[in-house]
Amino acid sequence: MSGPIASGASAPSGPPTGGAVVQPRRGRKYSLLTRRDKTTLALMVGIPTFLCLFFIWFPTIVSVLLSFTNWRGISAITSENFVGIKNYVTLFTTYPFFWPAVAHNLLWLLFLSFIATPIGIFVAVLLDREMRGTRIYQSAFFIPVVLSLAVVGFIWQLMYTSQGFINSVLGTNGRDNTIDWLGNPSLNIWAVLVAASWRHVGYVMVLYLAGLKSVDPTLREAAAIDGANQRQTFIRVVFPVMRPINIVIIVITVIESLRAFDIAYIINRGKNGLELLSILIVNNSLSEASLIGFGTAIAVVLLVISLVPITIFLVRTSRSSAADQI
Amino acid sequence: MTAVATTTPVAVRRTKRIRWQRVVLHLFLISLAIVWLFPLLWVVYTAFRPYSDTAGPDGYVSIAKTLTLDNFTSAWNGAQLPQKFLNTLIVAVPAVIVTLFVSSMLGFVFSRFSFKLNILLLMLFTAGNLLPPQVIIVPLTKLYLFLPLPKLISDNGVWYDQYFGLIAINIIFQTGFCTFVLSNYMKTLSKELVEAALVDGASVWTIYRKVILPLCRPALAALAVLEFTFIYNDFFWALFLMKSGSKRPVTSGLNDLQGAFFTDNNQLAAAALLVAIPTIVVYLVLSKQFVRGLTLGSAKG
Repeated sequence: MSGPIASGASAPSGPPTGGAVVQPRRGRKYSLLTRRDKTTLALMVGIPTFLCLFFIWFPTIVSVLLSFTNWRGISAITSENFVGIKNYVTLFTTYPFFWPAVAHNLLWLLFLSFIATPIGIFVAVLLDREMRGTRIYQSAFFIPVVLSLAVVGFIWQLMYTSQGFINSVLGTNGRDNTIDWLGNPSLNIWAVLVAASWRHVGYVMVLYLAGLKSVDPTLREAAAIDGANQRQTFIRVVFPVMRPINIVIIVITVIESLRAFDIAYIINRGKNGLELLSILIVNNSLSEASLIGFGTAIAVVLLVISLVPITIFLVRTSRSSAADQI
Repeated sequence: MTAVATTTPVAVRRTKRIRWQRVVLHLFLISLAIVWLFPLLWVVYTAFRPYSDTAGPDGYVSIAKTLTLDNFTSAWNGAQLPQKFLNTLIVAVPAVIVTLFVSSMLGFVFSRFSFKLNILLLMLFTAGNLLPPQVIIVPLTKLYLFLPLPKLISDNGVWYDQYFGLIAINIIFQTGFCTFVLSNYMKTLSKELVEAALVDGASVWTIYRKVILPLCRPALAALAVLEFTFIYNDFFWALFLMKSGSKRPVTSGLNDLQGAFFTDNNQLAAAALLVAIPTIVVYLVLSKQFVRGLTLGSAKG
């Protein structure tokens, strides 16, 4: 059996003949596959690929197409339903909630990136040492991550309501002086961001901690011998070699900010100061208004923004898998 | 020799300084951890107190006079939590099993065979998983209302408002993440393994089933724990693809609680806690699997 494999590269290529006989073609792996094997492989990949295309990418394309219509979801779509870019014009110029939603999504991203993520990294660095109780600390910071964002929303409601913990401690739980953390449209986004960060910090911490543990210890020893202190070692040596993890964390943070939905939806259906692109989509299209064309235009805006981090992630992944094959 | 002699006092001073630093570090971490757990502990405290106990002038920030399980029992029964937990199991268990089955096959093909389309297909799945679900929800809902499903598994003849439809979308959406993790994991297994088995005349299916799957057990266990939690925590799909409240899993069922318990924060706390407990227990018991599942996904990508 080993003979044909060894000479596989020089053998002429031809159609598969079937049976367990070696079929030398381009690579070694092809050469050992029977027709049945090929069918197995085709089914293994083909069925899931079809389902992924049909249930994720087909609706994505349909979203784009629907965004050029004024379809209300009831009658069949005719050519009269096509309104060109009218939905987008309305969205960008007259729809009052669009730019606030963009601002909130952006704020979400900035808050997670510059407050929650650095806290997570900081905690990970603190915990990355031989220390008693490090597991307990890790669990304390990680527990919010295992909760759904909907539960997180409920938990923080108990902190924020007029009779809640924060108002009680501040002595503002009376009738007149209560701080309406979740109802005041200039405050509630910040209240929600604190709740979202509560969960994000643990997520970043655990990813970063795993990355720190995989850093070659000799790098730190070398830095220490060269006289670097802890801070210098982290900034100059550890942080740069953590680049893969840093990129993952950036991608996760961006995606989480674009997906943000559950907490705001639980608190007030994303109205009155908590507008987010994701919520505007369902509030327009899947509500009684049933403005499908308009809602999908918002979905397309969200899609276009999301493609930026997704592309960054995929380019990086394909580069690293190309490197694997060398 | 002289160098050693001069460094000794410095070293002593150093260890002292380090010990002192350690104390400060622990104090800092303990206070931060308490702050971090506080919202959760507050929910626990509130849930155990009767409403009358918290209605006084001091409100919720007061010493409990009585602790009771009443809030839990009334939340459990009033919000139909047993049915909703059952719904969660009906959805999550098959979804996790099928997701792992499908993505282990995909990971096997993507990592073991160098077909030209592999990277492209892996991207297709991964990108699908990263896409905000809200982008596709509108056409997907229409598709679900339109696609027929045998009456045997669907009481209205379509995918919408059915366990089957909810299970399917969870599988399709989660497959991207699991495939990504598993194909990375499988790349670390010895390449000769598959080649040797092929030379011995084993079929591709046998290799997948008898060689690759057993070796992937650690990764599969980690992903099973993680995926169960992900699907348990799903709020969005169930909210929009499952219309009947009685068929909704427990996390999206929280949305219906809002109205029922709006005035009674104590019952709200008990209900939220009951929904949170399973994932917390899963994490505390299987924390290694949990963290490994998350970090496997980020190790290479």
